[in-house]
Amino acid sequence: MGDGRGGESAKVAMAEKLVVKNLNAYFHKNRALHDVSLSFEQDRIAAIIGPSGCGKSTLVRCLNRMHEVVPGATATGEVLLDGNNIYADGVDPVQVRRRIGMVFQKPTPFPTMSIEDNVAAGLTLNGVQISHAERHEVIERSLRQAALWEEVKDRLRRPGGSLSGGQQQRLCVARALAVQPEVLLMDEPCSALDPISTARIEELLLELKSAYTIVIVTHNMQQAARCSDMTAFMYTGDLVEYGETKQIFTNPTRRETEDYITGRFG
Amino acid sequence: MADSIPAVRHERARAPVQVRLFGDRIFNTATFILALSILALLFGLAVALIADSFPAIRAFGLHFFISADWDPVNEQYGALPFIYGTFVSSFIALALAVPLSLGVALCLSEMAPDWLSHRLGFLVDLLAAIPSVVYGLWAVFVMGPWIRDHVEPPLAHWFGWLPLFQGPKVAVGMLSAGIILAIMIIPYISSVCTDVFRVVPHTQREAALALGATKWEMVKTAVIPYGMTGVIGAIILGLGRALGETIAVAMVIGNSAQISASLFKPAATLASVIANEFAEATSDLYVAALIELGLVLLILGIVLNVVARALVLVVQQRRYRETGK
Ligand SMILES: Nc1ncnc2c1ncn2[C@@H]1O[C@H](COP(=O)(O)OP(=O)(O)OP(=O)(O)O)[C@@H](O)[C@H]1O
Ligand SMILES: [Mg+2]
Repeated sequence: MGDGRGGESAKVAMAEKLVVKNLNAYFHKNRALHDVSLSFEQDRIAAIIGPSGCGKSTLVRCLNRMHEVVPGATATGEVLLDGNNIYADGVDPVQVRRRIGMVFQKPTPFPTMSIEDNVAAGLTLNGVQISHAERHEVIERSLRQAALWEEVKDRLRRPGGSLSGGQQQRLCVARALAVQPEVLLMDEPCSALDPISTARIEELLLELKSAYTIVIVTHNMQQAARCSDMTAFMYTGDLVEYGETKQIFTNPTRRETEDYITGRFG
Repeated sequence: MADSIPAVRHERARAPVQVRLFGDRIFNTATFILALSILALLFGLAVALIADSFPAIRAFGLHFFISADWDPVNEQYGALPFIYGTFVSSFIALALAVPLSLGVALCLSEMAPDWLSHRLGFLVDLLAAIPSVVYGLWAVFVMGPWIRDHVEPPLAHWFGWLPLFQGPKVAVGMLSAGIILAIMIIPYISSVCTDVFRVVPHTQREAALALGATKWEMVKTAVIPYGMTGVIGAIILGLGRALGETIAVAMVIGNSAQISASLFKPAATLASVIANEFAEATSDLYVAALIELGLVLLILGIVLNVVARALVLVVQQRRYRETGK
């Protein structure tokens, strides 16, 4: 495997994998993001926190051009992936999404597709030619990474829709991992999970850190503090503060950040 | 906990339990009776058909279904040419209509912008409201000659080695009937499929797109599988229409009680022969034979619906095949 990854980009110690410059996102006339600029670094985990409706999902969806899929949704500004603007003219969003994987806030397995086909869906779509054994290997590895293998190994041919909500979410994590994207965007991947699965996903994030650039949206302060290197705090569409997680949680420079983290609002 | 419950328990908010149960019982009984009356209607229809066709049933027995000899002059009646004609014309109709309807439905639900999609969808629905006799007229005067001049010659030229496309090219025949049926059922199938595809959740489409699917791949992975049972239902609806369609078919099929391999040849269906010959049926046996054809059509419709149900079940079951373990 590993053919899906850009060989050079994985090796070059280019610190900034994904750079966001003056990003504005709109739903029709409503602006959901105001001039957001920040950068996500290779081999690091960035957490995005903020109260509900502040634009966290919108921001991550802009990073792989999923925002524009919503009717009436538009974005302006730049997002540089390895220095290339994914919003430049002539860039095919399909190619962007193959390099930047995503797990949605709500589980979205293909309900009629079997569990194993769900995991391999991205491989099938990307036309990856692999042997049966390799395919099975990818399925098992991805499901193990997503902490789902033990629960489904005896029923891989059952439909994805037959799993519980939390299992479905882990299935979606496995599906995103199977294609080994360069960047992994996770929108509250743990909101439907029990503490054990959550801990397993967090372990996974730390494991994957050395090979991926990870952006995770979370409502869980402890989670952000535990597993992220960088933290962004957003409020009503603005990026209020972005910095080292330790600094954000111990010594935030902005008053709003401190209030939010200490639970005084939000 | 305990003291939060009385807060919502207003004494007058609801009728006493007994009254509510009584209402429930009335409702249950009423719906049960209505459901039964449907069954009774179907049963009564079958009984009437059997009673009226009894002379033919007694005269020909099972031979009625395997005899290809329909000869009113000599009082010989066999249903096979019509059963054959019904199946073949409906099959042609489905073979043409299903791919086209899926195309229309996907175009309306996936490609066209909202404002256009709803206007076009309305037009498609309008097509379903055109009376069949109008379709029939159009088929006789416009479509039939056009098929004779522009469709049958190339078919004969390229596929003439198949028995299907041999023989003289005429405006009325099995092919014309199949094509007009296809045109008539496209609005039904595509309208239902459009609705089916429209209710596929946006999140399913996004899931496919986020994996790097193109639009067509998204349709293939997320939209069609999600709507599969609905699509099957739509096809069955179309087939039901095609099997029973009478006037338009009677106008273009040529009305000839023969079984021929060639699709260019005139033929007849169960419905079309009843419509064409009922008025001139003079003898009791003739009338009984025609009514028995109606009985066959009814049975065909029931069998079709049962098969369709089974098919939908199989599709659903295939998804749960391994559940038993
Ligand atoms: N499909 C949509 N159409 C119109 N407005 C939308 C849509 N999705 C989101 N918005 C608006 O954009 C803003 C940001 O929403 P977003 O989903 O990014 O919030 P969020 O930070 O992810 O919230 P949560 O924590 O509840 O998931 C909100 O004000 C919301 O009302
Ligand atoms: Mg969100």
